[in-house]
Amino acid sequence: MEAQTAAKADAAKVELHGSNIIAAIKASGVEFVLSVPDIVTSAGLLRPIANDPALRLVRVCKEDECIGIASGLHYSDKRALILIQYTGFLDSLNAIRAVAVEYKQPICMMVGLLGHEPERLPSESGRYGVRIIEPICDAMGIPHHLISQDADVAKIKPAIDKAYADSFPVALLIGRRPLAQ
Amino acid sequence: MMKREDCFRALARHVTDEVVVATYSSAVEWNDLGPRVLNYFSMGAMGLASSHALGLALANPTRRIIVLDGDGSLLMNLGSLVTVGAVAPKNLVHFVSHNECYEANGSHPLPNPKVDFSGLARSAGYAHVFEFNDLASFEQQVAHVIGLQGPVFATLHVERSRPLTYDYPTLYSPEKRRALKAELRKG
Repeated sequence: MEAQTAAKADAAKVELHGSNIIAAIKASGVEFVLSVPDIVTSAGLLRPIANDPALRLVRVCKEDECIGIASGLHYSDKRALILIQYTGFLDSLNAIRAVAVEYKQPICMMVGLLGHEPERLPSESGRYGVRIIEPICDAMGIPHHLISQDADVAKIKPAIDKAYADSFPVALLIGRRPLAQ
Repeated sequence: MMKREDCFRALARHVTDEVVVATYSSAVEWNDLGPRVLNYFSMGAMGLASSHALGLALANPTRRIIVLDGDGSLLMNLGSLVTVGAVAPKNLVHFVSHNECYEANGSHPLPNPKVDFSGLARSAGYAHVFEFNDLASFEQQVAHVIGLQGPVFATLHVERSRPLTYDYPTLYSPEKRRALKAELRKG
């Protein structure tokens, strides 16, 4: 019983800081952030990014616009990160299929898993929409990485660098609301 | 009512170092005018031409980006008008060929064939908006239109085209994409 209580207390201490993610985004050479607001990343990422003069935020109306804009930027070697909710990722699948996967473009997506329970793996989520994201990425051959705690932030720069080196998309799945600090 | 290929011939006389982003039937007719390394053909995800163009415009602020969109295509990405209007790239010129149908998919009519694209672009925040029904008028004004500080939008009211051959793999070949990228890297 005591062990269970201790485990719960440890789990409660796990944190993910938006500032760490933003630092990793900048370290990856990203100049443009393309986004439709997502409540998972709203306070911890989108709001501070909007106020950060080192990143150019382009607010779009619908997520698939981001795929085209990122592709256009890539033709002149400008790096972009797409910041969206998993629902927008699902809505953009044809654009991702064509522009990112078939035309082999380094489309980098940071995807908020709305409703995901951070203590579980996305594939074990009680939310159908969350549960299918990784299998869809696997079916499309898109590498994906779960970012659920500060220790995971170290995955971001290598993943973005690899996407550009390989000219292939990547999905960074945000499994917990980043803290706004 | 004009023919799209006539409009494109008139436009081509004034195009030099601009990137031309063309989609579906517009891409076929633009490509038929001759090879050009600064062509960017947007295929596979209908509607995204204006979004590809916005990315190019942001990355290349000193180079003009011309979009040759289709009416059916633009209807699939109407939000991009608002995004372009908000970002307001001075170097983006957006033409839509309005032939009132999904020409590349059997020429079925648009849900509302008389949709007012120019009105939509105006309310979305484009700096200049034009509408052309007459080739002589277009020929007279096209140089002015593409030289304005953007974003610029123009509706071209055109007839349905002659039967076209849609050779997408050739239009969007990896070789063409590499050549475009290499050319843009020169600055």
